[in-house]
Amino acid sequence: MANNTETTTPKYKAKDFSSDQDVRWCPGCGDYSILAQVQRTFPEVIETRKENVVWISGIGCSSRFPYYMDTYGFHGIHGRAPILASGVKIANPDLSVWVATGDGDLLSIGGNHFIHACRKNVDIKVVLFNNRIYGLTKGQYSPTSEKGKVTKTTPFGSVDYPFNPISLSLGSDATFVARSIDRNPKHMQEMIKRTGAHKGLAFLEIFQNCNIFNDGAFSVLTEKDTKDDHTLFLENDKPMVFGKNQDKGIKLDGLKPIVVDISNGKYSKDDLWVHNEFSVSPTHAIILAHLDDNKDLPTPVGVFRQYFKETYDGGIANQIKYVKEKKGEGDLEKVLFGGNTWEVD
Amino acid sequence: MTHVKEKDFQQLSDVTVRFAGDSGDGMQLTGTQFSDTTAWIGNDLNTLPDYPAEIRAPAGTLYGVSGFQLHFSSTDIHTPGDTADVLVAMNPAALKKNLPDIKNDGTIIVNSDAFDVKNLKLANYDNNPLDDDSLSGYHVFEVPITSLTANALEGLPLSPKEVSRCKNFFALGLMYWLYDRPLQNTEEWIKSKFKKKPEYVEANSKALQAGHKFGEMTEIFTTRYKVEPAKLPKGIYKNISGNEATALGFLAASVKSGLPLFLGSYPITPASEILQFISNYKNFGAKTFQAEDEIAGITSAIGASFAGHLAITTTSGPGLALKTEAIGLAVMTELPIVVINVQRGGPSTGLPTKTEQADLLQAVYGRNGEAPVCVLAARTPRDCFNMAIEASRIALKYMTPVILLTDGYLANGSEPWRIPHVDEITEIKVDFRKDPEGFYPYSRDENLARPWAIPGTPNLEHRIGGLEKSNIYGNVSYDPDNHDKMVKLRTQKVKNIRNDIPDLKIDGEQSGELLVLGWGGTYGTIKEAVAKANNAGLNVSQAHLHYINPLPKNTEAVLNNYKKVLIPEINLGQLARLIRGEFLIRVEQLNIVRGLPLKVNDILEKITELLGGGNGK
Repeated sequence: MANNTETTTPKYKAKDFSSDQDVRWCPGCGDYSILAQVQRTFPEVIETRKENVVWISGIGCSSRFPYYMDTYGFHGIHGRAPILASGVKIANPDLSVWVATGDGDLLSIGGNHFIHACRKNVDIKVVLFNNRIYGLTKGQYSPTSEKGKVTKTTPFGSVDYPFNPISLSLGSDATFVARSIDRNPKHMQEMIKRTGAHKGLAFLEIFQNCNIFNDGAFSVLTEKDTKDDHTLFLENDKPMVFGKNQDKGIKLDGLKPIVVDISNGKYSKDDLWVHNEFSVSPTHAIILAHLDDNKDLPTPVGVFRQYFKETYDGGIANQIKYVKEKKGEGDLEKVLFGGNTWEVD
Repeated sequence: MTHVKEKDFQQLSDVTVRFAGDSGDGMQLTGTQFSDTTAWIGNDLNTLPDYPAEIRAPAGTLYGVSGFQLHFSSTDIHTPGDTADVLVAMNPAALKKNLPDIKNDGTIIVNSDAFDVKNLKLANYDNNPLDDDSLSGYHVFEVPITSLTANALEGLPLSPKEVSRCKNFFALGLMYWLYDRPLQNTEEWIKSKFKKKPEYVEANSKALQAGHKFGEMTEIFTTRYKVEPAKLPKGIYKNISGNEATALGFLAASVKSGLPLFLGSYPITPASEILQFISNYKNFGAKTFQAEDEIAGITSAIGASFAGHLAITTTSGPGLALKTEAIGLAVMTELPIVVINVQRGGPSTGLPTKTEQADLLQAVYGRNGEAPVCVLAARTPRDCFNMAIEASRIALKYMTPVILLTDGYLANGSEPWRIPHVDEITEIKVDFRKDPEGFYPYSRDENLARPWAIPGTPNLEHRIGGLEKSNIYGNVSYDPDNHDKMVKLRTQKVKNIRNDIPDLKIDGEQSGELLVLGWGGTYGTIKEAVAKANNAGLNVSQAHLHYINPLPKNTEAVLNNYKKVLIPEINLGQLARLIRGEFLIRVEQLNIVRGLPLKVNDILEKITELLGGGNGK
């Protein structure tokens, strides 16, 4: 029911998605990269006219994102972006609905909405800016902060175990789960495109550096001398190879992933675990999500899992269609005068 | 055939009956069937279902007693009755719990089979009240309902438990005989209800007929009663509960505004039924979203409102508390939503199945910041229909959240409703902003409402949100003067609704000694109390508020026309506090918070007291 009067989609440029508002993130913040990659890819990602795009957010640094996009936007309240977005999408399934959110917003105060949006497979795109810290409230630990983290509210180190957002979304049956890094624009662009192309709930976690309150949280994955040995780029149908010289691989020993050297002749690429994004079972994706629980193993980025089932908004629309066909278009007079009536003369 | 003595018919103008039994005895069903039949044959009626929060509390216990009271008459009535003329008690606990609400000299029909040692003990009776003289002030009829039902169903392929579950229909059949009601309505209901279980159709119908026949054949009842149809205005009627009327009202508002209905909600007693009803209206394009929690219920509705739907959320007190922050968001983003609060006993979980009016201040003020919303209250079950439409109209016209207050008594209670034709219901005009020329998201029309520009509209892309917005342009603004301006604009917008609502109407003398001012579900009780006081020669008038924020323009003038103003409420004086604060006038209060409707007599006594024991002529 998008009431657009024009039907052709113009050739948009990145700047068509840039609003007239000054961006107010701290200089050096990873959010700038995310905004840039979104604006750069959107002409390609968005297969519709831009009036059919809505960005929705909760509260936190990342949640200012909608103000900077020249689309429809709704800066909601803390934690509620997924459900606000669900309401928009259910009301009008023709819209392309995106959520910009942070680790506190999505996984702490908004955890319930997130898992239920995943469960219901509402066709919304959830982009998590994960910096593992509360930035806008100036530096308290978040639900993705590592155990033992010293922050303003944990002067002796946090005793909390963190959430693994990939594992949580897989466990909640999200139909698309991916991860990227703010410092890898090319990869992020690819992931934004994949996220946008998915029909169903798409979850994209982006490791995002907060250079004020949690600087270097992902440096091992972004610095030149460490990143290759610690990052595993997932590619469908490809063996899992990583390392500066592409000389290491992941082999599955039963259900236990191990690192093997493929340069010394003992193992070859044929021995490695071949990634299957479209696996029917979430098991392998969950093993991947927890790969770097073992610090000797690399952190995977890319698409962990994608599968398809009817979307929630599609289900509602189909049910309405079905009931209309079965019972006929609603007739208010009939409903009002239905049931046990009697006449008074 | 035994010779049956012809029974006498006695004419009555009104009767109050109460059915009481275990939660599992089907008393709500029995009461509803009696109500539907009674409405169908043309009596006016008013009902009070009174049941525990537990679904099936242990059988025979006092806390498991479920009751259903209905008042029916040949004249116009407005309350379920202070006390009952007749009690049907299915066990000792039901008798014990309900006896205080039965008129002296009233009639008690008991299922004598249930008065065994075990049940008497469970009801904390030391002696069987049927054997001592504790019921000497009543007309007691002992009917072995359980065994008579079993006899009637002998030979049917049912387990003893299934047979026993038919006994409420025996009791209903007996009451139909006693008050001269036809069986047809209930027989048809049984047929459709148990379509897939023909053995239940036969069993329940037989039990119903056996109860009716028992009345005819037995010697213990010598008199039957007739209550003639009431003279109601011409039209087609049906019996309707507040929750059903609310659901139909929003459906009508959807049709009349041309907007699809979106209901985001989380099940909560006593509001869940509205979600259930609206879930059936899929062929109207109604979208129901059973959310993961109360917050999600309202927030999904705000999203749907942003996208151009008639968006509503239903809840009860604890749920309204959870929705608080999101209502503030709707205030700030100036989006239309209706929040329906079916009030129940509080605080906290309180009394989930009982009625109360203690959420008024929560509705008017319960948010952070200066967050004005429009607050409306329905006064009778059928009035919920009109107020649902009115709440929608105001929300859509003023781009504002509206809280519609009903309560457990209105929600579950029922009364005859003259059904309006669709063309009698006023259209609700909605204009989405389409024109990009001069569009600013926080510009305002003559009522101060901002434009509703929904996603999908070309060239109107804009951003809204919970941060303060600059006047007209809608960009984030921390400017002190702008904030002051916006706080006042939002408040003025809600105040402007005053220009668009009817004056407060007075029933009775336009000035005088005493005005009884009420709001919400106490309407009927106040009306009857005032009528009785007038009959006793007292100078009393009634005014009842549909609109609480803003109050009707003439409210102050009306109040000033009386020497005294009495505000009876099922809370500790919340409207009284609002009225005092608004107009700096003295008001008298009557506050009884029992989880039950006020009684006519309580109000009448207070009126009499305030008028100096009847000298207020």
